[in-house]
Amino acid sequence: MLEVQNLSMRFGGLLAVDQVSVDVQEHEIVSIIGPNGAGKTTVFNCISGFYKPTGGKILFQGQEIQGKPDYKISRLGMVRTFQHVRLFSKMTVVENLLVAQHRHLNTNLLAGLLKTPDYREREKKSLERARYWLERVGLIDMANWEAGNLAYGQQRRLEIARCMVTEPQLLMLDEPAAGLNPAETKELDQLIVSLKEDYNVSVLLIEHDMSLVMGISDRINVINQGRPLASGTPEEIRQNDDVIKAYLGEA
Amino acid sequence: MAAQNLKHALFCAFITVIIAYPILGLNLVAEGTSVKLEGANTATVVNVFLAAVAVFLFQVFRDNIMGVFGKVPNLNPLAKRGPVPQEKRLLMERVFFVAIILLALIWPFIVSRGAVDLATLVLIYIMLALGLNVVVGLAGLLDLGYVAFYAVGAYTFALLSQYFGISFWLALPIGALLAALFGFVLGFPVLRLRGDYLAIVTLGFGEIIRILLNNWTSLTGGPNGIGGIPDPTLFGMEFGRRVKEEGNVSFHETFGIAYSGEHKVIFLYLIALVLAIFTLLVIRRFMRMPVGRAWEALREDEIAARSLGMSRTAVKLSAFTIGAFFAGFAGTVFASKQGFISPESFVFLESAIILAIVVLGGMGSQVGVILAAIAVTILPELAREFSEYRMLIFGAAMVLMMVWRPQGLLPMRRIQIELKEQG
Ligand SMILES: Nc1ncnc2c1ncn2[C@@H]1O[C@H](COP(=O)(O)OP(=O)(O)OP(=O)(O)O)[C@@H](O)[C@H]1O
Ligand SMILES: [Mg+2]
Repeated sequence: MLEVQNLSMRFGGLLAVDQVSVDVQEHEIVSIIGPNGAGKTTVFNCISGFYKPTGGKILFQGQEIQGKPDYKISRLGMVRTFQHVRLFSKMTVVENLLVAQHRHLNTNLLAGLLKTPDYREREKKSLERARYWLERVGLIDMANWEAGNLAYGQQRRLEIARCMVTEPQLLMLDEPAAGLNPAETKELDQLIVSLKEDYNVSVLLIEHDMSLVMGISDRINVINQGRPLASGTPEEIRQNDDVIKAYLGEA
Repeated sequence: MAAQNLKHALFCAFITVIIAYPILGLNLVAEGTSVKLEGANTATVVNVFLAAVAVFLFQVFRDNIMGVFGKVPNLNPLAKRGPVPQEKRLLMERVFFVAIILLALIWPFIVSRGAVDLATLVLIYIMLALGLNVVVGLAGLLDLGYVAFYAVGAYTFALLSQYFGISFWLALPIGALLAALFGFVLGFPVLRLRGDYLAIVTLGFGEIIRILLNNWTSLTGGPNGIGGIPDPTLFGMEFGRRVKEEGNVSFHETFGIAYSGEHKVIFLYLIALVLAIFTLLVIRRFMRMPVGRAWEALREDEIAARSLGMSRTAVKLSAFTIGAFFAGFAGTVFASKQGFISPESFVFLESAIILAIVVLGGMGSQVGVILAAIAVTILPELAREFSEYRMLIFGAAMVLMMVWRPQGLLPMRRIQIELKEQG
């Protein structure tokens, strides 16, 4: 469903991403790994429309989307999380989920003022959807807390729930396990697999935690200093000499 | 540190002298046909010098003085308290609104005509401030030309009544919708700009509208303004001594009471009150609707909001348009109250005052904005003797506020939606 072809992104003199290609099929978890500063987040930013790529093509469901504004890309059905959690921290947990569903709501001002049946109906449905996902990620007891008061791991889960209420086809997660303890990482592992299995969402994942990546990915792309280094199944990547060298050299 | 302070203080004192001396000291004196520049007299020179010394001393000991300021116990008893639970807060707000509305209802029957007139003005400012509060406080857009939409509302009514004899009640929605249309059309290209740029463009827009009104003499009468704007009628009943329009009846004759000029003033006041309450309730409702959440979300984290498919322009534009709509409302009432309008009523200072009300009130908080609107409109009237120093007092009040309560009288606490226990 997503096809990134020869993507390049230049910041002034720095070629942060150089001819990177990634593709994600339906019902698949694909990971991007690479050392710090390799350009992984930049790839995400290009796909999600935050940066306008300086070269290459991005196709989503067969439609070219490079250079489109970010909010339009998101509406096509691919949403992302951020490396540094970005919640609406002064809003409550449930409100975070309502904001995300604004496109499912009746945003007609008059309908809202008059509380038309359609308006109420949709408002109720989105509250139900929010409740469902809060239960799913284990945050239902904190529903009325301000999001900024959640623990770090909870914030990460809320961010994923916030993506899921938009009912995306492709979920892009930027280092979702960063800052989580081993127990939380394991929960996250199960959550991501379940998103794919039970909700038929494809996942594009950036992650440093190797056991997580190797465990759940269908395919892995490795980039190093902006350039593609290798791609294949976890097994192939584990045995790839270039990858081993790059990672050992890094460490 | 000390040397730096000294240098800074010298600089400030110097600026004081070069600004104050020409403004206070030099006089243009007309002598027959020619104009002569006259130097300052000794008293002024001494005063300017003393002022410079005062500025110098303040700047040198600035840290100490500000330190003392900090030690002054906070004047606002609410400041130190933790957040009040939402339910209690909503209850308190409701009690406040009911109390103030009750007071407002009996007000015209217990005070003088002048006081009712002033109260009408307060209500107009409340409408304006509540409207601007949407733009600045809720959507976080610094709009320095808000008065333009106020002018659009007022002139729409004035022109419609002059050329087409359209009544207040019909002009009210037209004026508001036209102002909203102006807001929409201006906002569309402009809202891509951020922060300071937006402030400057809106400032320019406010001036353009005023200059246009001033110079389009054939339509607007230019600086002479438009007079003879009709008063509102009550179900076709006029409030004048004699009926102006064929077919209408007059209020005092219908009810068989003696004519009194006060009826009209009170009626206008009550209209303003109803419209102000309408404004309050509608905006309050908006705040709990998806659009209100969108304003907040975009203000809190624009990148996250956009990543969820929210269009920055559409959301900000909605706030801008809604704000303009209520300014148009207030403008129509204003035109009707004055009976005469000219571009002079829509200068930048008006925008600044409305903005000051919003900032003083605590951006986003409706209770705060209402209190600030009352204070800012009434205080200058109470201190008539000091009217020359009005702006000075105003400025001093702003500075003090920024030192003591930078977040405004009552900083906003949004009404949050709660997920109820499933039962
Ligand atoms: N907006 C920008 N302007 C200039 N340079 C940038 C910008 N964004 C990223 N870069 C540079 O691009 C390179 C890749 O950064 P990127 O954030 O994509 O790395 P990453 O693979 O996500 O690393 P990490 O694992 O640390 O998150 C870095 O050298 C970074 O400094
Ligand atoms: Mg990164």
